Amino acid sequence: MTSGPVTDPRAAAPGTPPPPKRRNTELALLGFAVLITLVAQAIVDLTVTGSLTTELATFGVWFTALWAVAHLVVRRWAPYADPLLLPAVALLVGLGLSFIHRLDLAAQQAGSTVSREDAPVQLVWATLGLVLFIGVLLVLRDHRLLARFAYTLALIGLVLLAIPAVLPASLSEVNGAKIWIRVAGFSIQPGEFAKICLTVFFAAYLVDKRDVLALASRRVMGLELPRGRDLGPVLVAWMLSILVLVFERDLGSSLLLFGIFVVMLYVATERASWLVIGLGLFAGGALIAYQLFGHVQQRVDSWLDPFEYYDGSGFQVAQALFGLGTGGLFGAGLGGGRPDQVPVAKSDFIAAAVGEELGLFGLVAVIIVYLVLVERGLRTSLICRDAFGKLLAAGLSFAIAWQVFVVLGGVTGLLPLTGLTTPFLAYGGSSLVANFVLVAVLVRISDAARRPAAPVGQPKPALGDAPTEVVQT
Amino acid sequence: MTAEIVLQIFRFGFLLLLWLFIFAAFRVVRADLFGGRAGRVASVPPRAAAAKKTRGGPKTLVVTAGPLTGTKITLGDQPILIGRADDSTLVLTDDFASSRHARLTNRGGQWYVEDLGSTNGTYLDQQRVQGPLLVAPGQPIRIGQTALELRS
Repeated sequence: MTSGPVTDPRAAAPGTPPPPKRRNTELALLGFAVLITLVAQAIVDLTVTGSLTTELATFGVWFTALWAVAHLVVRRWAPYADPLLLPAVALLVGLGLSFIHRLDLAAQQAGSTVSREDAPVQLVWATLGLVLFIGVLLVLRDHRLLARFAYTLALIGLVLLAIPAVLPASLSEVNGAKIWIRVAGFSIQPGEFAKICLTVFFAAYLVDKRDVLALASRRVMGLELPRGRDLGPVLVAWMLSILVLVFERDLGSSLLLFGIFVVMLYVATERASWLVIGLGLFAGGALIAYQLFGHVQQRVDSWLDPFEYYDGSGFQVAQALFGLGTGGLFGAGLGGGRPDQVPVAKSDFIAAAVGEELGLFGLVAVIIVYLVLVERGLRTSLICRDAFGKLLAAGLSFAIAWQVFVVLGGVTGLLPLTGLTTPFLAYGGSSLVANFVLVAVLVRISDAARRPAAPVGQPKPALGDAPTEVVQT
Repeated sequence: MTAEIVLQIFRFGFLLLLWLFIFAAFRVVRADLFGGRAGRVASVPPRAAAAKKTRGGPKTLVVTAGPLTGTKITLGDQPILIGRADDSTLVLTDDFASSRHARLTNRGGQWYVEDLGSTNGTYLDQQRVQGPLLVAPGQPIRIGQTALELRS
């Protein structure tokens, strides 16, 4: 070391106030989110059944306790974390629970033979999600630790992705998509967890390799094209997503993984040519998939004209569109619509229920809450001081944004249906729990990014020892 | 009739509540971007603000180009170490930067840049930094692909 101990001036500068932690802002907004949830539940109960139940009180206490605990944990173990991440998640989970509850009531009124209530199950999943959230915050004290396990996580991610493909259909197939593991009454979607593992791996890998990928290039038609041999990683990611498409018949995960990788490549190298290459590969893959697989053709057909296939594959989308149309600008009011007319409204098509009962204004509000979540993630990425954290935060935020875009696109008829779930909102344990873990990692990175740097002097983890110098070619 | 009115109140009231949440969230975003609570900046008397500006030297170090663009470091009394090493104040991930590349030091309110024997050199404006050089606010310091400047 050539210089004396260097302290970060943000911590040491006399006269400057310490950077705000904003935990009270978070608490206030969390309270607001919980309040909105309880109001939504009360309105649903009053409108549909005409009376309030004691279940609402139980739910209220449980739900409030969840977020109180989450807040206290963040206050204690991630004091500088972004104040908007948790409230946005709380509102989305709360709204999701309200709509699932509303659809439960609708099913009961219709005298459905299956009278299982899904809202309490989802609440249990949310609780489990929060337990994992807390666990991640407690165990993962420095997000850069994840970079050490990048290759292990990649392996875990790949195994998780591959399990449903190799399991017999009876254990892994639901509604045509082989993306589940169904054991003893439980069904989990390992792909949701694979998403996080692989994003961590992409971030660590790209931090190592981005200079090679960014510098070695030649200019063709105004685009900086990479050398042929540097195309390897993107081709591997492409192959992987094609394999998922072929063996698991799941358009969603395939699109999600490839999208995340291409965008992270773009973020890491600042080369727009990767986006062009990615889009090109994707278009090629999509075309081939369309030619080869019946289920892809079916999806595309019912996307292009859902009403022509109203009696078959287009029914779901058509019903969703009717629902959105009924909702109009201001919606039918909570409990005032018929969102149960859409098949699987609780999971894949919950956005249609939101659009029907809250209208365009409500649906846009929900989308803006996602936007806030993603914006905070990208902001974290901007102010984070290490490259791995930057890339990881950008990748995770993009994963949320991309997933919301693809799902809402499917529901509103902009894109073919994919079978992804709306993060936090939709019914589904794996998705909820996995997204809680994702947010926990984001909270951890944002805590590190906003925290004034500790005085240097104590040993730091010897992380990613200085990379070798790159010679420009 | 009353039931109908109540229903409409629920319908619009809930939408209002949702948008109020978004409004609150955006206030936080705004406070985060512009520092402090919204409106506080305007309440500082102009004379005091002007006096503060003339008295002090540069207040922040801003990265204007390279992968870390937008990063700001508030300047204090401590020197700022720039390089690839983990314990630098500004950790560069630039392969053209050395692990201990350059140092900014404060001498009596003025900032000097010195090169710590880097492989590819540090440049102030177009000039290669040999010994310590005085840095004026707005003057670009270039290290590899990264450019920095002091702002008051």
